[in-house]
Amino acid sequence: MEKFLTLTAVAVPLPVLNVDTDIIIPARALKTTTRDGLGAMAFHALRFDGEGGLRDDCVFNQARYQAAGILIAGANFGCGSSREHAPWALADMGIRCVIAPSFADIFASNCAKNGILCVTLPPVAADALARMADGARFTVDLVQQIVITPAGGTVAFHVEPARREALMAGQDEIGATLARVAEIEIFERRRAQAQPWHVSARLDVV
Amino acid sequence: MKTLYDKLWDQHVVWSSGAEALLYIDLHLVHEVTSPQAFAGLRKAGRALRAPQRTLAVPDHNVPTTSDRAQGIADAEGRRQLEALAANCADFAVPYIPMTDARQGIVHVVGPERGATMPGMTIVCGDSHTSTHGAFGALAFGIGTSEVEHVLATQCLTARKSLNMAVTADDPLPPGVTAKDLALAVIAKAGTAGGAGHVIEYRGRAFAGLSMEGRMTVCNMSIEAGARAGLMAPDDVTFAYLRDRPCVPRGADFDQAVAAWRGLVTDPGATFDKEVTITTADLAPHVTWGTSPEDALPITGRVPAPDTFPDPAKRAAARASLAYMGLTPGTPLSGIAIDKVFLGSCTNGRIEDLRAAAAVLRGRKIAAGVGMLVVPGSGQVKAEAEREGLDAVFRAAGAEWREPGCSMCLGMNPDTLKPGERCAATSNRNFVGRQGPGGRTHLMSPAMAAAAALTGRLTDVRKFSMVHQWKNS
Repeated sequence: MEKFLTLTAVAVPLPVLNVDTDIIIPARALKTTTRDGLGAMAFHALRFDGEGGLRDDCVFNQARYQAAGILIAGANFGCGSSREHAPWALADMGIRCVIAPSFADIFASNCAKNGILCVTLPPVAADALARMADGARFTVDLVQQIVITPAGGTVAFHVEPARREALMAGQDEIGATLARVAEIEIFERRRAQAQPWHVSARLDVV
Repeated sequence: MKTLYDKLWDQHVVWSSGAEALLYIDLHLVHEVTSPQAFAGLRKAGRALRAPQRTLAVPDHNVPTTSDRAQGIADAEGRRQLEALAANCADFAVPYIPMTDARQGIVHVVGPERGATMPGMTIVCGDSHTSTHGAFGALAFGIGTSEVEHVLATQCLTARKSLNMAVTADDPLPPGVTAKDLALAVIAKAGTAGGAGHVIEYRGRAFAGLSMEGRMTVCNMSIEAGARAGLMAPDDVTFAYLRDRPCVPRGADFDQAVAAWRGLVTDPGATFDKEVTITTADLAPHVTWGTSPEDALPITGRVPAPDTFPDPAKRAAARASLAYMGLTPGTPLSGIAIDKVFLGSCTNGRIEDLRAAAAVLRGRKIAAGVGMLVVPGSGQVKAEAEREGLDAVFRAAGAEWREPGCSMCLGMNPDTLKPGERCAATSNRNFVGRQGPGGRTHLMSPAMAAAAALTGRLTDVRKFSMVHQWKNS
């Protein structure tokens, strides 16, 4: 996983409540067997009109936001489906950080696994940043846990320490868990004794 | 003093740093859409599956539901995804139910009906409606594909403990009011982010009085209230459902398991971080009017005016919802004309759901110009419905009787709405474009969907006399 330390980029504002993962990437785009190329279908219902034309009123189609690396969103961003295609699509668009008043749990977890930083700010602070966007560049510094606004102001945020360290290290989480295989084996043996029905329950007779 | 969630959590901690824990996973359900990248990751890293016997795969999301599907799938991308699942299961020795198998169906219908889902388990799947399995007193939640890969490789998951939330409803449900109405009422009250960061335990007589099918409907919708998981304490209803199912242990093993499962209850005096109470004595059937599951109201209500919402963000969202849905504030919900009816999904594709809808449709015809799809949640549900003659009821009414799958719930298989079409749906999400680009979804119970099919409009099912005869589900 790519490390996240600091990011300086244009921020695209989408201050809409409850943006679900079907909006971020529609189900019909999920028939892929890779993680790549999903940006083309990202936010499809917002970016295109009924005839397939680009909507001028959509921020993602506006020239000043084309190089955006940060998304400033509304509350409960990423609700709904658990599809990790949502953060893959964001990453494919070049988004490495989402700032919002709140995030859906599974989406936030999926972002962390893909090196995308979710910054939670109070609604007033997130709104204020969204109003400053306008094609300007922000810096998100995970080391110091601050957002630096285009005018040079700073807004502090907090990321849970374990998640912050994993993002900063670009950690291989599976490798870290496999290093604990002895503990997993102890757990399995203890469980097989205490709850033997888990052993006799067999999925191959499903 | 522990809650049910605390107990399930504690029983599965392999290792903990305090903030994070390594949680052991008892059952990993896999489908074709969120797994190919995970298997590819294993291959790339040269990793094996830790416990293939705790993994069960079945395709459901992109499978067609027409009877000609056995001859092959026309859509090349969908076909490739199914082929990838078959190949991955063969290569990694994962128990696998193919599309053409009589047991195939939606993963959250198949798991419970085969007895793979049991109380006290941790259950994950790359699908947010994994919360369904919480109906059995199992800690069950949806995960992303990176986590699917993690569980395949380690049979564990790095997790942060959620907060405890209680949703309590003490009065039994009135006639004609079902588990789905209760679920929609909960989401309307709690909000679509109301359960974020929490695991919900459903408590009280309204929930305990539900069948396993009804409990699954409620737990399934927990994610629509923002909660990753929903739970109900297992009881005699649960144990009776499980007995003799294929994967459930038999004889002394079963008795020993039941004795342990009876301890899976919240201790008296345990406290919750958040509590919501629902009054059910006068609960009416619910329908949604907007593009979030929290936009639910009694069928006796009217389309709300966006200006009546105190939160400016919600006002803006409601305005956008009404524009998308083509609805005007003040319009009575009862009477809104529909084009399509979808009966099915992991929320309402089980046998009791089909029975409830068939009870309304029996001997009647659906309205001219309305198309109705009936999609059983699994091959087993389909076979049972056919034994009971329900398929004949649906066909005689003018509905299409299909093969099992996720179908029109999510618009990634051939069953989709056309732009502008309005659907009475028993599924779980009314998001923009969920059932196909431009499609308009109203969520409701199977009985309400059947009533809408008959009149061609959103309709209060309590107008039909049979509602006093069938059991709430």
